[in-house]
Amino acid sequence: MFELLTQPWPWYIAGPVIGLTVPIVLLIGGKMFGFSSNFRHFVSACGVSKNEFFNYNWRKDGAWNIIFLVGAVIGGFLGGYVFANPNPIELNPATISALQGMGISDFSGFVPDDLFAWSSLGTPVGIIVLVLGGFLVGFGARYAGGCTSGHAISGLSDLQIGSLVAVIGFFIGGLLMAHLIYPIILG
Amino acid sequence: MKAKDFILYLLAGTLFGFVLMKAEVVSWFRIQEMFRFEAFHMYGVIGLAIAVGLISLQLIKRLNVKDKDGNPIKTSPKDPTQMKRYIIGGTFFGLGWALLGACPGPMFVLLGSGLTIMIIPILAGMAGTWAYAAIKHKLPH
Repeated sequence: MFELLTQPWPWYIAGPVIGLTVPIVLLIGGKMFGFSSNFRHFVSACGVSKNEFFNYNWRKDGAWNIIFLVGAVIGGFLGGYVFANPNPIELNPATISALQGMGISDFSGFVPDDLFAWSSLGTPVGIIVLVLGGFLVGFGARYAGGCTSGHAISGLSDLQIGSLVAVIGFFIGGLLMAHLIYPIILG
Repeated sequence: MKAKDFILYLLAGTLFGFVLMKAEVVSWFRIQEMFRFEAFHMYGVIGLAIAVGLISLQLIKRLNVKDKDGNPIKTSPKDPTQMKRYIIGGTFFGLGWALLGACPGPMFVLLGSGLTIMIIPILAGMAGTWAYAAIKHKLPH
């Protein structure tokens, strides 16, 4: 049993379980699954902005979303700490050698220590990845009106053409970064 | 919020975080591998998640299924007149997704797994959200 919980799940098991989030939150209280609105709730909760964009009742409108987020943190603790997979991720060797060519050396965990250690905040590359990366995710998610969960999973499940366009945008940006910009940043 | 709803949303989030971890989709490496088209894994996960979401949502709509409190379920359509925001905003998001190797959910799931440095991109994500609101009126939508 312990082994079943520590080993990685194949895509054909994990995908459907993730997809079930859509009907689960609809059936609990009619909510459309999305995650990135939590950033907006948090900014609103901080009370640092007078912008009308943050002037709403985050306690009432955002409650379900924030509780779901707390659950996700607990799920991460269970899946990545209590029942952590002791083995490195089985990546395509081509990916590993390409990333090694860009200077990545640590393949033991979920993220490379080369970029995700606290000490990397002292390097320009670390700041670009952690600060600019996070900033673009927060900015782009609100600009596009949703993230991977809100557009790619919920929006496409609801056959929304806007979500399809947003997902195409996700891939335009992602492909530009992975193929053109990242080699420059790491190089 | 009622205690029952609180527990249900918490459990739903816990399952979500757990499976994201087990599927390794929160991994920076898996995101690079996906955008480099060097593995089917991420496409399989996302594709099947959409398939299950689509079938269940369409069934809920067509059978007029109510939520657990008996309220009718309505989805919120995305405004089809705002195509610029979807393509431009989506591109900004994609740049960040590949750079950080994590979208909003995985940032928090990784934090839960003990990766404390994720506090930094989470705060940066809040700053990005704030910045969007500040210049929203100047951006094409």
